Amino acid sequence: MNKFRWMLLASCLLATSAASAQTLRIGLKEDPDVLDPHRARTYVGRIVFTSLCDKLIDITPDLKFAPQLATEWSWNEAQTELTFKLREGVTFHDGAKFDSAAVKANIERALTLPDSNRKSELSSVESVSAPDPLTAVIKLKQPDATLLATLSDRAGMMLSPAAFSGDADFSQKPVCSGPYEFVSRVQNDRITLKKFPGYWNAKEYPIEEVAFIAITDATVKLANLRSGDIDMLERLAPTDVPSVKEDTSLAFVPVTGLGYLSIRFNTANGERAKGPAGADKRVRQAFQLAIGRDVINEVAGNGIYPPALQPFPPSSPYHSDKFPPVARDVEKAKALLAEAGMPNPSFELAFGTGSDNQQLAELMQAMAAEAGINITLRATEFAAMQNEMEAGNFEAAMIGWSGRVDPDGNIHQFVTCEGNLNDSKYCNEAVDKSLDAARRVTEETERKALYDAAQEILQDDLPLVYVYYQPWPFVLNKNVTGFTPYPDGMIRLKGMNVGS
Amino acid sequence: MLQLILKRLAVAIPTVIIVSMLVFGLQKILPGDPALMLAGEERDPAVIEFLREKYRLDDPIPVQYLAWIANVAGGDFGKSLRTDVPVRTLIVQKLPVTIQLAVMAMLVAILIGVPTGIISAVKKGSFTDYAANVVALSGLSIPNFWLGLLMIFLVSVQLGWLPASGYVPPGEDFWLSIKTMLMPAFVLGTGLAATLMRHTRSAMIGVLQSDYIRTARAKGLRQNAVVYKHALRNALVPLVTLLALLFGELLGGAVLTEQIFSIPGFGKLTVDAVFNRDYAVVQGIVLCTAIGFIAMNLVADVVYILINPRLRGA
Repeated sequence: MNKFRWMLLASCLLATSAASAQTLRIGLKEDPDVLDPHRARTYVGRIVFTSLCDKLIDITPDLKFAPQLATEWSWNEAQTELTFKLREGVTFHDGAKFDSAAVKANIERALTLPDSNRKSELSSVESVSAPDPLTAVIKLKQPDATLLATLSDRAGMMLSPAAFSGDADFSQKPVCSGPYEFVSRVQNDRITLKKFPGYWNAKEYPIEEVAFIAITDATVKLANLRSGDIDMLERLAPTDVPSVKEDTSLAFVPVTGLGYLSIRFNTANGERAKGPAGADKRVRQAFQLAIGRDVINEVAGNGIYPPALQPFPPSSPYHSDKFPPVARDVEKAKALLAEAGMPNPSFELAFGTGSDNQQLAELMQAMAAEAGINITLRATEFAAMQNEMEAGNFEAAMIGWSGRVDPDGNIHQFVTCEGNLNDSKYCNEAVDKSLDAARRVTEETERKALYDAAQEILQDDLPLVYVYYQPWPFVLNKNVTGFTPYPDGMIRLKGMNVGS
Repeated sequence: MLQLILKRLAVAIPTVIIVSMLVFGLQKILPGDPALMLAGEERDPAVIEFLREKYRLDDPIPVQYLAWIANVAGGDFGKSLRTDVPVRTLIVQKLPVTIQLAVMAMLVAILIGVPTGIISAVKKGSFTDYAANVVALSGLSIPNFWLGLLMIFLVSVQLGWLPASGYVPPGEDFWLSIKTMLMPAFVLGTGLAATLMRHTRSAMIGVLQSDYIRTARAKGLRQNAVVYKHALRNALVPLVTLLALLFGELLGGAVLTEQIFSIPGFGKLTVDAVFNRDYAVVQGIVLCTAIGFIAMNLVADVVYILINPRLRGA
């Protein structure tokens, strides 16, 4: 009997220690920026928000929309009114009730806050009304096929109106309605969240506390995982892939993301567009043929850099079979250059400093050289490179894009004449027409035809050469269970648990 | 003494002002527009415009400087452009972390550097002296980041003795705090220990050859008394200045170590702020550092006089 009692006591103790160990420590590649979804801009910031702030709608791993704070939604016939039915019994972390008035206040804030980074995403919104507490209606200026995707990200995150309307600095103490509430932040170190007991779906979230820890150095981040100081990490360095795969105490969970790495050519932005690569599309086509994307995947990516030839990743329904992978073909590249009358064209490739980028650029330089293209490399500190690109002081630049759920976000602003991020100043009326039209059509097949039409031209003009799809390589300790990787690279803690 | 401090302050204040002006002007020359950085991947032109206005980025540099100085004089260092956190909060949060690291590294350096310096001076030319020199030279030549990575792998990953990185405030868990800081302090301290060892050695050799030491020995004093009571005290005088300067250097040199061990200190804050063009933070840090350096020098002067009574009249 006595023995039994001891065993009971011991098992109770074990059970309590297991429960108290339910803190998940996630190693992030960098420190997030402002903790205000309407103003924030970093990718890692979105990872934190995913646990902190629920959105109107979420996405599934195959990029379909799924209910979150809205249980259902519908368009009117003219596609200018989007009606949301909201979830009942949802409260913000400050105890305030979530309802349609909150939806209205949030979208209006995202539209009017002077430094809101969501303004352009929501530019089609005319007004929001709240006919009853559980119904919100968004009225649009014109049909906008991208809106649902927009609302499945930061623009659709619901913050407590009481918290942002007061004088208090929202970003210092963000209040949302997600499964975890904000506890503290030490800049450049960690952000701690704890489980919100009043969450509408709290039972699906066994983890009690989450700490997001910024560890800039990839090697150190992995060492922390191996020593047990963190439980999982995002963005493993490709060079560490083989050793992680061999390590039986770790689980390697990569997923192909929505973003890509591209080479952007300056085709019409000032004097430097007049070089061979900017002036003649055949040089760009030859470059495209000269670089072996499989080689890049194997050598630089250790298998996690899936070759990319279009702006839409394979998981997207807008990924088109009409543009099959281009195999490396040095002879064809040489023939194109001969046809252009430039057997040995030269251009400068700018890239952000860092050993990974350096290796990639050198690899492309070497492969292009075999076709007769001379590439000089210029490593520039990233902020300075962005400035130079905007000013047109580049011939070609290697730059990534984190990707969006909606296809529009991966293409429109880069190649349309007035596009925000069109540093190449590439401009083609037919492309503009197709891409603008695709913004208004919601029917998938019809919309896809428009993207295909634009791509038809872009694949020939090549203002951008896509290299690989952005991978999101996660690594977990074996004691972490229930993790499902999503193409948006976010960490959803639903169903996740961490053992002792 | 008071006169000396006042004299030093009279020099220090204009120095701080000039340093702040220089830094303010220089960082504006840095390529990379902070508004562009802040607007992020999307780069909404309206937002960029608003940010330029909000942070007065289009104003002439002297106007921006005066506005900043006026705020600083009122105790307002501004907010981090990246995270909204007030710069003052950041400094208050990070400075103790780096000071803890620097103090611990200093202790490591003194504990290793001074005794080995003394031993190799006393046993000049012996095998011990050579061995100590070899060790010191290796300490100087092994880069911090390499030693840091090596130690993380050996001590944390393989042996599991110490946490691989991070920071725990001593108030939260004293021993864990010391344990977490031990490896970075060791890495940072070894380089310094080498410098200290070499300086201690040459200072000791100089002193040990002087007349009064010979007299002391002639009086029949024992070796230990000669070395520790007479020689060391005098050899320490130049070391104090060196220590003060090294400490200042440590605060700055902690950058790399903080980066490797992910210690949220001053160094890491500075590097990240520079890369993010977080002007408000950079300015605040530089001002703070300049004041720190000048204060350390002042302290060194005072300690100098306390150790060497002959300077008291000066």
